Amino acid sequence: MFYREAGQFKTTYEADQALFPIRQDRIAMGLILAVAFVAIPLLANDFFLTSIMIPFLVFSLAAIGLNILTGFAGQLSLGSGAFMGVGAYAAYKLTSIFPDANVIVLVLISGVFSAGIGAIFGLPSLRIKGLYLAVTTLAAQFFLEWCFIRIPWLYNYNASGAIEIPRREVFGVIVTGAEALPLTRYFIVLSIVVVIAFLVANVIRGRIGRSWMMIRDMDIAAELMGVRPLQTKLLAFGVSSYICGVAGAMMVFFWLNAAEPSSYSITLSFQILFMVILGGLGSIAGSFLGAAFIWILPVFLRFLPGLFGVEVAAESIQHVTFMIVGALIIFFLIVEPHGLARLWQIGKQKLRVWPFPY
Amino acid sequence: MTRDIPAVIWPAVIWEENKMNFRAFALGTALSLTLAAPFGAGVAQAEDSNYVPLLTYRTGAFAGSGIHIANGMNDYLKMLNERDGGIGGVKIAIEECETGYDSQKGIECYEATKGKGALVYNPYSTGITLQVIPKAAVDKIPVLSMGYGLSAAAVGNTFPWVYNVPVTYWDGASVIIKYIAEQEGGLDKLKGKKIGYIFLDAGFGREPIPLLEQLAKDYGFELVQYPVPAKEMQNQASQWLNVRRDRPDYMVMWGWGAMNPTAVKEAVKTRFPMEKFIAAWWSAGEEDAGAGGEAAKGFKTLNFSGVGTDFKALGDIKTLVVDAGKSQTNPETFGGALYNRGVLNSVIIAEAIRTAQEKTGKKVLTGEDMRIGLEALDLTEARLEEIGLAGFAHPMKVTCEDHAGSHPVFIQEWDGKKWVKATDWIEPMKEQVRPLLEAAAKDYAEKNAPWPVRTEACPN
Repeated sequence: MFYREAGQFKTTYEADQALFPIRQDRIAMGLILAVAFVAIPLLANDFFLTSIMIPFLVFSLAAIGLNILTGFAGQLSLGSGAFMGVGAYAAYKLTSIFPDANVIVLVLISGVFSAGIGAIFGLPSLRIKGLYLAVTTLAAQFFLEWCFIRIPWLYNYNASGAIEIPRREVFGVIVTGAEALPLTRYFIVLSIVVVIAFLVANVIRGRIGRSWMMIRDMDIAAELMGVRPLQTKLLAFGVSSYICGVAGAMMVFFWLNAAEPSSYSITLSFQILFMVILGGLGSIAGSFLGAAFIWILPVFLRFLPGLFGVEVAAESIQHVTFMIVGALIIFFLIVEPHGLARLWQIGKQKLRVWPFPY
Repeated sequence: MTRDIPAVIWPAVIWEENKMNFRAFALGTALSLTLAAPFGAGVAQAEDSNYVPLLTYRTGAFAGSGIHIANGMNDYLKMLNERDGGIGGVKIAIEECETGYDSQKGIECYEATKGKGALVYNPYSTGITLQVIPKAAVDKIPVLSMGYGLSAAAVGNTFPWVYNVPVTYWDGASVIIKYIAEQEGGLDKLKGKKIGYIFLDAGFGREPIPLLEQLAKDYGFELVQYPVPAKEMQNQASQWLNVRRDRPDYMVMWGWGAMNPTAVKEAVKTRFPMEKFIAAWWSAGEEDAGAGGEAAKGFKTLNFSGVGTDFKALGDIKTLVVDAGKSQTNPETFGGALYNRGVLNSVIIAEAIRTAQEKTGKKVLTGEDMRIGLEALDLTEARLEEIGLAGFAHPMKVTCEDHAGSHPVFIQEWDGKKWVKATDWIEPMKEQVRPLLEAAAKDYAEKNAPWPVRTEACPN
């Protein structure tokens, strides 16, 4: 009843093949974008923007990146944190070499470096599959992290070994550094995420996305049907790393302002992987849901006792948060191994037939 | 793909269904809570208090050191509230925010607390300090990184909002080299010596390297570096195997958290002469040296805060806070080296608040007032005596040019059971350190160009 497409007739192929063929979906998407672009900027305070929305969007983008590789192309990767780091360090080097260049463009270009490195580390995927591939990407993670620590050129020979983002202006507006307004940073991050998510959603539906899914579902069959495994897998690695790289660059440029190599450690890779698994492998919406679950829920749990006026020591909250989030992860993996996106699918089906289920 | 229909209706809608209702309800609730959360970050502080957020960590790999610091900072401020009703008649509102030594959480804590009128930030992590430094000038909230963080921040004219009194890492490193030279019989005897430097491979441990390299060049000793990655800090077998091979004459350590006890244990195991093993002030915890037990006898660390509990103010903390059950401090760790460090941190905060109240004539302060208080801080011998901490720390004075002050530190030695003061106060090599600090500050400002030029007036 709430969600019924009856009476919506498609008369052209364009309408039938549209990204959102159902009217309710289009309305809902419009609403979400309106909330993101209008309501949140109008209503949110700085804390909400800088500590919740910007990290959430950055993580969503990283999760989309990993989802392409793991969810759509079926190549398990533990290197996403390092690929994000490549993007961050590339963008940092680019902006130190070209201080006058548009920093948003540099962030987008930095993903190219990440894509190149990702494709190189994707080469073994032609021979190695499954968990073994995860181990080779783990090698990428450790090797790249080692580079971030050991190659001082990457962080401009800073004594502290960290990268610090200087102030940069785009068309007279400060976009990075401490003086950049949270709202400016939010709009930049949001726009980049929306554009990339839209592009990815389209790529996934087309020839490239289908060939990824063929490789994932059965690579021999895919090969027999004319999908070239090398190109397809490397493309998946490249596109995935590009998106992760852009997310990593945004992480330091528009959120953290400074990053140590440990910011891009294996912990981050796992964080992203959990988002993808919890949100739903092979789903763009799932990437957003997973990022929300892993990032926003703990922040919210931390404020929960305060909202009820209960005084709890800071570290107890932290311990309880760990336990609750951990328990929820296990709960969801048992109850719905296909992630939050699958639950949403089920919910959609139920909404469609309510109140007369069959 | 869509993901709308207000999340709040979810559970209600799905509850109607008979199948799988439990799981869906749980998810719906979780989601609607997540999405509908209003995040009332701006819990207003009472008008008549000075709000001091403490970014602490009692969880994670560095909790072993962090807990004592957190307890010390908390207890002293609480004691002031209990004994004197705050500072200048205004209570101190204390709030802890758990960072777990994680820079993502640290920045979240910063954003969550800055809107409540925070006076000063103590990040207790070089990574978080580096993130906060550029924000300090924008948000007008000073950063007090007591003996850690960016050494170059000592240059007050470049960093008017950052204070690393009483000393920088570079001062500390110079004291260690000076002490080694004393043992050897003069700075000229350092020539040809081999000094090993084992450090946590993060911003923190790398800070002193430029100075050590400079001194190695000046005095002709060889500096051998043994980096310990943070995730392997509890397994330093390979580093100490290299130490055994290289046979350095002295070992210098910059460690924190679980790295310290591991290093002491490994040093004992490799039979490195412990009296030639000298660490920075962040290795000065009882647990750190205690890991080696009796065999760690002779292990030395720098220190700049009092040893033991024999101070009047600590007695007040004991009776008013710890024994009264108002603190999380374990009575056994009360008065430990890192606990006292935390107390000293709070003493500096409290004295800066008091100075700021005197200078501005206001009782309830803002971050800008606090900056004046920190910059005009003059903790004299008489004042230390007055607050019941005579001999607890070296008198310290901040000037507008020098936010660290390069104050003297002393060396303490592990006697197998407890720390004992091994030397008198040792002056850092100011004339070597200061030019490097100036150069580093200039370099920082250039790399972060356009770095704001100091406009804040000097209160002294």
